[in-house]
Amino acid sequence: MIREFLKGIIKENPTFVLALGLCPTLAVSVSVINGIGMGIAATFVLLGSNMIIALIKNGIPDKIRIPCYIVVIATFVTITELTMKAYSPALNRALGIYVPLIVVNCIVLGRAEAFASKSSVMSSFFDGLGMGVGFTLALILISGIREVLGAGKIMGQTLVKGFDPAFVIGMPSGALLVIGLLLGFFNILKSRKRA
Amino acid sequence: MRCSAGQRKCEVCLTMPNKLTVSVSPHIHKDESVSLIMWTVVVSLIPAGVAGMVIFGRSALWVVLLGIITALATEALIQLVSRRKVTILDGSAFLTGLLLAYNLPPNVPFWLPIVGSFFAIAIGKQVFGGLGQNIFNPALVGRVFLMASWPRYMTTFAKPLDLDAVTSATPLMLLKEGKWAGTLSYLDLFLGKRGGCIGEVCILALLMGAAFLFYKKYISWHIPATYIMTAAACVYVFGPGGLFTGDWLFHVLSGGLILGAFFMATDYVTSPLTYKGQIIFGAGCGLLTAIIRLWGGYPEGVSYAILMMNGATPIIDRFTRNRIYGSGRQEAAT
Repeated sequence: MIREFLKGIIKENPTFVLALGLCPTLAVSVSVINGIGMGIAATFVLLGSNMIIALIKNGIPDKIRIPCYIVVIATFVTITELTMKAYSPALNRALGIYVPLIVVNCIVLGRAEAFASKSSVMSSFFDGLGMGVGFTLALILISGIREVLGAGKIMGQTLVKGFDPAFVIGMPSGALLVIGLLLGFFNILKSRKRA
Repeated sequence: MRCSAGQRKCEVCLTMPNKLTVSVSPHIHKDESVSLIMWTVVVSLIPAGVAGMVIFGRSALWVVLLGIITALATEALIQLVSRRKVTILDGSAFLTGLLLAYNLPPNVPFWLPIVGSFFAIAIGKQVFGGLGQNIFNPALVGRVFLMASWPRYMTTFAKPLDLDAVTSATPLMLLKEGKWAGTLSYLDLFLGKRGGCIGEVCILALLMGAAFLFYKKYISWHIPATYIMTAAACVYVFGPGGLFTGDWLFHVLSGGLILGAFFMATDYVTSPLTYKGQIIFGAGCGLLTAIIRLWGGYPEGVSYAILMMNGATPIIDRFTRNRIYGSGRQEAAT
């Protein structure tokens, strides 16, 4: 169980190793608050959908399994979106379309197809939790770098007065740059370790 | 003239000059190398830099020095960290730093050329694997990064021949805002008495450097000529007062067109290999430059045009590959 949880954080990190769910990562990683919000929302959806799919996996006909998964995932995404709208409308506005788009986040569907449909409820729960935490940590790392360099702030607080932030890091091209460099950096670490 | 057999004016050479391109050994060794070409290009760029310093004063010198030193230091640092051979003396990093600094306004804050040079070498070149591997011209990558990050500093230009810190717009910026009054003559533009980047203003000095490179045969006419002619033709045809009314000479002499066409579009690594491909490349650069200048959001489009065509270079190379004699065209023969 612990292994299922830990693998999502480093060894099979959804963003840096599996390279899944890059679209919301690129889009919302402008500030750390957005990153944490998106991470928690996706973790909740992952937990719910992984457990339900592991529960009903024997009753789903093989040929229509993807539509069935999507229905389950969409249910949890709707719960998340309505909850977010009710309790933190500001975050919901900041994340915008990317909250409903968690439905098509490939981490969620990927874990359903690759793990939950073949595993027990308990290990699916820990797999979902690990993947969700891994995704959240990756988002915090990326959005932290982008917020410091692109806006000169961290968690909305100005860091150093008189620092000229690089606008481009806050733009989509900056997101691609930061993610690309981090991916390369982690690959270097991995190959050093293996050698 | 000697032919490859070492005989002076043998029969074959007299009857069929330049027909024989491959011969049996021994071959004549020509003492040319990547680093010699790089340093020659650096030398050919010196007049433009001297002109920039005369026009904009001592601050231009600091920008150029900081750009070059940072480029060399970044290259050495990355090669040391990644345990590769340190090749900062081959001139390529020096040239990148120099070209980046030439593309900056003379009155930028001191850290701007440092950040730009670092980005140009680290992201524009070394990330791809170093010299010869980069897809985009590193100096332009650095410039575009600075332009997108700190547009305020990149679009404030010092007034020429005025040592007090007075700012002025470039002719192209005035044209974009509809305020161009024609106060500068073509001669002023040719000599560089206008606001602009350090290395781009003095057309005379740039042409001297380009002529030297043509003389050494390090660049061919294909890219610069098609680039400048396409851009000039476009701005002439789609002029402000209807078709065929554009002031093409003004567009050629202002902005970074001459610097870009002769020194940056011709970069060996990022431009097509064949002459046919180079003509397509030059025409594409000219068209994109004219489109950005006439209808785009920016007053100047040379760096974006060259970078976009850099991206298109692999596919141009693919479709303009020279046919190997005797291969292909099988259907026509049978």
